Amino acid sequence: MKPRFEYRHVRVNGDSGPIVTGFCAVIPPDGLTVMVGPSGAGKTTLLRLLNRLDDPDDGVVLFEGRDVREYDALQLRRRVQLVGQMPVTFPGTVADNVGGDTGGLLARVGLDPSLAAREADRLSVGEAQRMALARSLALAPEVLAMDEPTSALDVANKAGIEQLIRELADSGLTVVMVSHDPRHAELADHVIEVHPPHREEL
Amino acid sequence: MVLANSGSVLSGPVTLGDVALSVSLVVVAVGISAWQRLGLEGDMTVATVRSFVQLIAVGYVLSYIFSGHGGLTVLAVAVMVGVASLTSRGRAKRVPWSGVIALASIAVATAATLGVLAALGIIPTSAQAVIPLGSMIISGAMNTTSLVMSRLRDDFAANRREIEARLSLAQTSRQASQPWLRSALRSGMLPSVDSTKVVGLVALPGAMTGMILAGASPLAAVRLQLVVMYMLLGGTAFAALVAGHLTVGRLFTDSHQLVKSLRRIP
Repeated sequence: MKPRFEYRHVRVNGDSGPIVTGFCAVIPPDGLTVMVGPSGAGKTTLLRLLNRLDDPDDGVVLFEGRDVREYDALQLRRRVQLVGQMPVTFPGTVADNVGGDTGGLLARVGLDPSLAAREADRLSVGEAQRMALARSLALAPEVLAMDEPTSALDVANKAGIEQLIRELADSGLTVVMVSHDPRHAELADHVIEVHPPHREEL
Repeated sequence: MVLANSGSVLSGPVTLGDVALSVSLVVVAVGISAWQRLGLEGDMTVATVRSFVQLIAVGYVLSYIFSGHGGLTVLAVAVMVGVASLTSRGRAKRVPWSGVIALASIAVATAATLGVLAALGIIPTSAQAVIPLGSMIISGAMNTTSLVMSRLRDDFAANRREIEARLSLAQTSRQASQPWLRSALRSGMLPSVDSTKVVGLVALPGAMTGMILAGASPLAAVRLQLVVMYMLLGGTAFAALVAGHLTVGRLFTDSHQLVKSLRRIP
């Protein structure tokens, strides 16, 4: 199967030495790919390369076989949705935040459609995280990339979000998740291990 | 415009001797500073000497320009714009290209505001009108530009997560920065709005005070002051608008990414 994404010898420089160096990996189009590794391994940075919030200083990231930099950044971001670690709520109601078919989208992420009229900043963290997912799904992306989506949640919410992620991956979406929790590798169809840059590579 | 040409209400023109006598008040201030251990004696001395040298030099330059060398007016205004831009750049060092942004904002604000005043025939294009009014516009535009640039940069750093969330939802950099651009423009313009509101109630402003001391009628002085206040409102609006839009442009890449220095903030 042709990979959805491919990292080729990617290097990203930080203020003091590389954050990522010589990184190679493939993200298949099907199912859930989990990138696991300790904090400081550059996982978040790798995710940010997928929708071009960041660019590599060396090497390339390919999307559907083409350098991500060849795509119009906004077009790419519509197709590749990135959801951050802490949900961001914009001013206004849940419906203002999500847009589109709010009711249907809320149902899809396991939220009661009656929440649509609620002020977004009054949601719990778990609800806000689901709303952020619904907001991303409203753009009908092909890829959903998530940065530690459960790290800010309590145990009950964690399990719920993990199940939702699994369902989204089974629905045909390419789902990429970054996690420092080795347990998440068990959820995955594909696992990419990320290691911090070695000293000798600096 | 009515320029005061009647005699000063002070007992004749202020002589250098008068200036020397007024230094006695600086001596009092230095004395208070030493007595209260404020440590400001050095600064006060430097400020006194600097102001003396700078203003005397400016006085000679202006006398020269006003005495038949009006062609130098544009050069004088350009020098003021240049110095103001350098000052503004220094106050917003972390904004890329801050010097160029400051130069563009202050130059546009000055040219547009003076242009409107001249086009409407409110002021003559003589050096005596253009240089002092221009200097007021320039200093107002300088403060506004510094404020807008540093405010935007600080707000972007503090709200990186929200801006990047907006970018991730395929908003353009302009759309993603809209709330912070608006608040930066407001904060850049509010000081002149506020001072326009309370003018005359809190303090008698400089232009008016100067005219009254020079012997003009209070009503003539007030009319000039009103023109100055409205001119400053316009000038700061121009400066804020240009500075805001140019700064936003330099804080993002062409691919709707935050610039690298803002991306790396944890």
